[in-house]
Amino acid sequence: MTVASPAGRLVLEADIPARKPWSAFIRKGQTLRIVDSQGQQAVDTLFYSAADFQERYSSQDTLRAQGSAYIGVGTRLLSNEGRTMLRVTADACGLHDTSAGACSCESNTVRFGHHTRYQHACRENFLLEAAKYGLTKRDIVPNLNFFMNVPIDPSGNFTVVDGVSKPGDAIEMVAEMDVLCLISNCPQINNPCNGFFPTPIRVSIHDAQGA
Amino acid sequence: MTLTKDQQAEVDANRKRYEELKAEGQRVAPRVLPEPTPPGGALIAASAVIHREVVPGGWYWITRVNRGEALRLLNSTGKSCISLLAWNSHDTSERLNYADTVKVQWAATLSKGRVILSDMGRVLFSIVEDTGAGHDALAGGSNAATNAAKYGEGAHRNTRDNFILAAGKLGLQRRDVHASISFFAPVSVGADGAFVWLENRRHAGDFVDLRAEMDLLVALSNCPHPLDPGKTYDAQPVEIIHYRASPLADDDLCRTASAESARAFENNASYFGTGGVA
Repeated sequence: MTVASPAGRLVLEADIPARKPWSAFIRKGQTLRIVDSQGQQAVDTLFYSAADFQERYSSQDTLRAQGSAYIGVGTRLLSNEGRTMLRVTADACGLHDTSAGACSCESNTVRFGHHTRYQHACRENFLLEAAKYGLTKRDIVPNLNFFMNVPIDPSGNFTVVDGVSKPGDAIEMVAEMDVLCLISNCPQINNPCNGFFPTPIRVSIHDAQGA
Repeated sequence: MTLTKDQQAEVDANRKRYEELKAEGQRVAPRVLPEPTPPGGALIAASAVIHREVVPGGWYWITRVNRGEALRLLNSTGKSCISLLAWNSHDTSERLNYADTVKVQWAATLSKGRVILSDMGRVLFSIVEDTGAGHDALAGGSNAATNAAKYGEGAHRNTRDNFILAAGKLGLQRRDVHASISFFAPVSVGADGAFVWLENRRHAGDFVDLRAEMDLLVALSNCPHPLDPGKTYDAQPVEIIHYRASPLADDDLCRTASAESARAFENNASYFGTGGVA
């Protein structure tokens, strides 16, 4: 299934190279579109209320409110204050995670061995990008992982497996408040979340139709 | 996208290593994880007790727990849920990270033998005893809105506000209140992705023991879990026992339960400057 680009005016468009961070403000009513340009690329994403950075995306509130463990069309992305930040409106992929968090140099050593300590990681991207707004490590909370496939089975097994996103697959979400968006185009090469080969993604922000 | 021969070889090598790690992580850990602690088992010697605290239903408690000490969380009635936050007391930017905890151990289920990790790849707590009530890392604690939706009007204390109060009294802020882990909250994920509450796993007298592997600031909130199907707000008191744990042995269960936990303990040892010894 393809997702046609939103009809509203294009506000901003950017190609995010493999392994790189990105950030932008998204105004209430605007749509954020993320395209997995070459397929099988995890997009680690965080949102903060533009009016109050201490109000930010909450993975646990989001999942609990919908009563299930994965992100898809209709998911309301909730803040730690229980308010809807954005709502997922279109999705070509169907599998998105928000329980596995972001990779870091430190957690990589535990998961994959101490030899991975000096590999670039999402937490590095988040810290660098967050610092532009006066945010610190204290503000980096568990995030969304668009196009990342993390099945959780009834026995509790929790595994990052091959992504199912195809080149050009898109997910869209409409902002219900003004938000700051941080993205890390995931550099991980030690598990299948990026097909073991990180690739570029494209993001765009669109006004509401007729706005 | 077409990969060069060298790129494809790198991809293949990375995949092979991942498959080996996954097989090891999911095969070995469940085999060596022990049976739950029997009810009434694992008695704590009176001489080891540092403090006992009864936390009323709906309330929170803050404390310091130093490396080598432990907390027993006792669900006296079997109806309570205790949510946990923790920070490194020497650098509070290091704190409990549930996502790393479940991802690194290949398991959303927390039980005896597992560890709770910080965002810095180190062990905050080892789960050294657990009667098997089931614990939740994915769905989080209550807030004013979830209580209002479940119980209607009324003064129903909630975990979100408890943690903001607790953080404030520890010199921290709202931004330091991250996602929590909830004990005695038997949440499972069904095959369709829906959360399932397994009430029959909880029993009066259930307990879980958390041994601190670094000096910690701890906040506990004793509020009904938002997925608890109980229709009335039935917050019962819980007892917390703060005690001196046995010294960490080389063959310690939590330290040796998996290659991942062994490496996390190695990171602790490196942090403490004790070489290979945590």
